[in-house]
Amino acid sequence: MAARKSKPNGYVGRSIKRVEDPRLIKGVATYVDDLTLPGMLHMMVLRSPYAHAKINDIKTGAARELAGVVGVFTGADLNDKCGLVPCAALAPDQKAPKHTCLAGDRVYFVGHPVAVVVATDRYVARDALDLIEVDYDPLPVVVDPEKAIQADSPLTHPDLGTNVAFKWTLASGDLDRAFKEADRVIKARMVHQRLIPMAIEPRGCVASWHAGELSLTLWTSTQIPHLVRTLLPAMIGVPENKIRVVAPEVGGGYGSKLNLYAEEALVSHLAQRLNAPVKWIESRRENASATIHGRDQIGEYEVAVKKDGTLLGIRSHTIADIGAYNQLLTPAIPTLTGSMLSGCYKFKALRMDITGVYTNKMSTDAYRGAGRPEATYSIERLMDTVADELGIDRVKLRQKNFPKPTEFPFNTVTGLTYDSGNYQGALRKAQELAQYDKLIKQRDTARKHGRIFGVGLSTYVEICALGPSKMMSAGGWEWGCVRIEMSGKVTVITGTTPHGQGQETSFAQLAADKLGVPMEDIVVMRGDTAVAHYGRDTYGSRATVIGGTAILMCIDKIIAKAKQLAAHQLKAKEKDVIFKDGRFFAKGKPKNALTLQTLAAESYVAKNIPKNWEPGLEASSFFEPPNCTYPFGTHIVAVEIDRDTGVVEIVKYVAVDDCGPQINPLLVEGQVQGGIAHSLGQCLFEQCVYDENGQLLTGEFMDYAMPRAKDIPDYILGHTVTPSPSNPMGIKGVGEAGTIGATPAIANAVIDALAPFGVKHLDLPFTPEKVWRAMKDHQKQEPATSTTVTGVDVRRGRVKLPVA
Amino acid sequence: MKTRVSIKVNGVTQEHEVEPRTLLVHFLRDHCKLTGTHVGCETTLCGACTILMDGKAVKSCTVLAVQADGAEVTTIEGIARDGKLHPVQEGFWECHGLQCGYCTPGMIICSIELLQRNPKPTRKEIAHGLEGNLCRCTGYSHIIDAVQHAAKKIAKAK
Repeated sequence: MAARKSKPNGYVGRSIKRVEDPRLIKGVATYVDDLTLPGMLHMMVLRSPYAHAKINDIKTGAARELAGVVGVFTGADLNDKCGLVPCAALAPDQKAPKHTCLAGDRVYFVGHPVAVVVATDRYVARDALDLIEVDYDPLPVVVDPEKAIQADSPLTHPDLGTNVAFKWTLASGDLDRAFKEADRVIKARMVHQRLIPMAIEPRGCVASWHAGELSLTLWTSTQIPHLVRTLLPAMIGVPENKIRVVAPEVGGGYGSKLNLYAEEALVSHLAQRLNAPVKWIESRRENASATIHGRDQIGEYEVAVKKDGTLLGIRSHTIADIGAYNQLLTPAIPTLTGSMLSGCYKFKALRMDITGVYTNKMSTDAYRGAGRPEATYSIERLMDTVADELGIDRVKLRQKNFPKPTEFPFNTVTGLTYDSGNYQGALRKAQELAQYDKLIKQRDTARKHGRIFGVGLSTYVEICALGPSKMMSAGGWEWGCVRIEMSGKVTVITGTTPHGQGQETSFAQLAADKLGVPMEDIVVMRGDTAVAHYGRDTYGSRATVIGGTAILMCIDKIIAKAKQLAAHQLKAKEKDVIFKDGRFFAKGKPKNALTLQTLAAESYVAKNIPKNWEPGLEASSFFEPPNCTYPFGTHIVAVEIDRDTGVVEIVKYVAVDDCGPQINPLLVEGQVQGGIAHSLGQCLFEQCVYDENGQLLTGEFMDYAMPRAKDIPDYILGHTVTPSPSNPMGIKGVGEAGTIGATPAIANAVIDALAPFGVKHLDLPFTPEKVWRAMKDHQKQEPATSTTVTGVDVRRGRVKLPVA
Repeated sequence: MKTRVSIKVNGVTQEHEVEPRTLLVHFLRDHCKLTGTHVGCETTLCGACTILMDGKAVKSCTVLAVQADGAEVTTIEGIARDGKLHPVQEGFWECHGLQCGYCTPGMIICSIELLQRNPKPTRKEIAHGLEGNLCRCTGYSHIIDAVQHAAKKIAKAK
């Protein structure tokens, strides 16, 4: 394990083990499926086996008669009472289908909810699903988004008259001039394959209707209880202030639980309708077919470049497969790709045209990185392609086009303002950690010995801490509340919704340092709208930056207020009261101090308080960030490929991330490693596959291959620290960094390894078969050096050289 | 038709009338009210439901409760003794071997069995031993750290 840095004074900056862990390692935490309420019923969903079909008839009689079944409901029974699944990001003039909770007279994707059963037992509910008879007429299916925009394509939603959902363009600078002035135009086509987020805890929810109060409590496995509470009233007709949403322990999200799903409205409606608590727990197959997918773009790219490597312009035509429906943020995700397409580089002009296309598949939406991994992968693969085409060193090409550290805040060609950065510094550090020059020599030696060895890198920048409210449809601020209890204990309430990120620990570290109290005296509460009244929740690597700042603002208010009370009790002037290490004293009289605990008790007893002073020591704050943050870094990867099997092995992995100052380096390390694992999955194994009939072929862990422990390399992690000017802590966010930086680094390493075969590009994932075929197809171009080595049979096994 | 099943769970005999098709994981969660064992896939692929059955790590989502009749089962709730965490639990805590925590009970149980078979595993051996357990949060590296940490701690205590 890497040595943990620690500062002797204070909690911030130290690798402190998490306060949330004891309940999780003892098996006594409460996830949604662990909840049992008196009289609770179980809902199960009948889903379409067809990608596109007309429903002629649904026979529910046999299911209704099964002992233990309380009700069977179809779209005709409840769609008018259980309104449309919302999208908060429709493009202007976007043609959008009505997204009812259950199918109407047609189904549009495999997994489309058709009917629900409610029963006293989940086994009975499952039996009842088999007794429902649906008469379907299969219809022509749209699967390939490129074919979908051709004139003769069948239609995903015939009533819309087109498969084009929206067209979105981002253009800036004089693109014609850039291409006219270019010495070379480098072209590429890249497919960003569809991925399935696959949180190990599937979705699930329990709704309880309180008939006396006419109010609802919804426990749901979500990243966004506050947004669910805001959006649910329009669906079920219960006002916002009569709804409490609780995200209990949530078993992984990665964007897939940043949504409001039909099932959440269905259980809420049915609990009210049946006057009994209703639980729904998703199966893995449902999770694969009816929880949002990620990525799925096909891009054509052109880069205009001078022969000395100066980048001039970039243009892209991208098709984004959005599936059958718009979930909460579906159309916004590819636009993030456009905003970040220029990466770490200075361009004079850019144009990105995105066509969003409906297909008979599950919706795409935010999956870890959400549009940024596509941008980073594109630009970083392009940088290697440009370097290769121009015969320029790929490191030098990058350095040549970076903005200098003194050029920040840096206005990008895409219209963003990168807050702070030192891309050269992170690159240098990664090269040092990787012993880059030695690694390149090692590669060259390995090649001489007939081994297939490659080195790749990516220099990335991402957009985090989403974001200023002007960018976000529901606002981008965050809320917090801090209360010094009468006992002196501290309650911190955050509007963010941690589900593994560890803010119960990191926010306690922040608050403890700022208040000068032991961390043990602090409890951080989250994920319950009855406790954290407002919030914008957890996504887009925003929670610590924006939510943490809101907590610090609360504490500033509390200290200011406590100073008034201290001045009164110490008979000093307010401006002369000093707060240090949890104690308040008058200037020059540190021995005559009042502790925060004493003042807290006095503030509630309220006998000896200033005139007209409001009792209590509690404050809440909304933090509105002035800008997003832009973390960055460099990842360097070495891979070796087995000539006989095409298996890619990662032999070295170096990541240098700059997320500003780190509150808890152990948690940062966890986020980076976890993020890289998602990329490793995308690069080597993962791909959501629908066949030509729109059948999902990767609906279980058996078919959807995710990384397992044996697939993970040993990491060498480092960081540089470039504070952000956008928040008082200078922090930037790190939840998605690994996933954004890693994919192109691994891809570039694999393509580098295959370069001696003449391979210029392969689309992900690099499955053994694909890599093996690429080697076989390019065998003739293989240089002699890689096949003739004295005394070594390169066709059988590899000769391992020590990896530096 | 229901069948009486008797399983000694964490040292306590649990007897319940269940349908023969009842999965062991549902026996533990619904009948014994031990919800620390999680369901992630129902197909033996993710390992979130791993428990010890007669000392062996078993995925309880694909064992019927009737098959476990008469067996001794240990779930995550039975790992800590007298309020003291098991070294593997401590390792996961110390090394940040968990984030969302959903796969963690299965990971811990599987790691305990692994260390019983191989008290001084290499990182590779740990990775191989945990191949049947999926984690989507940590990227596994900290989990391997955690198991190594536990192995050292157990060796020291002997």
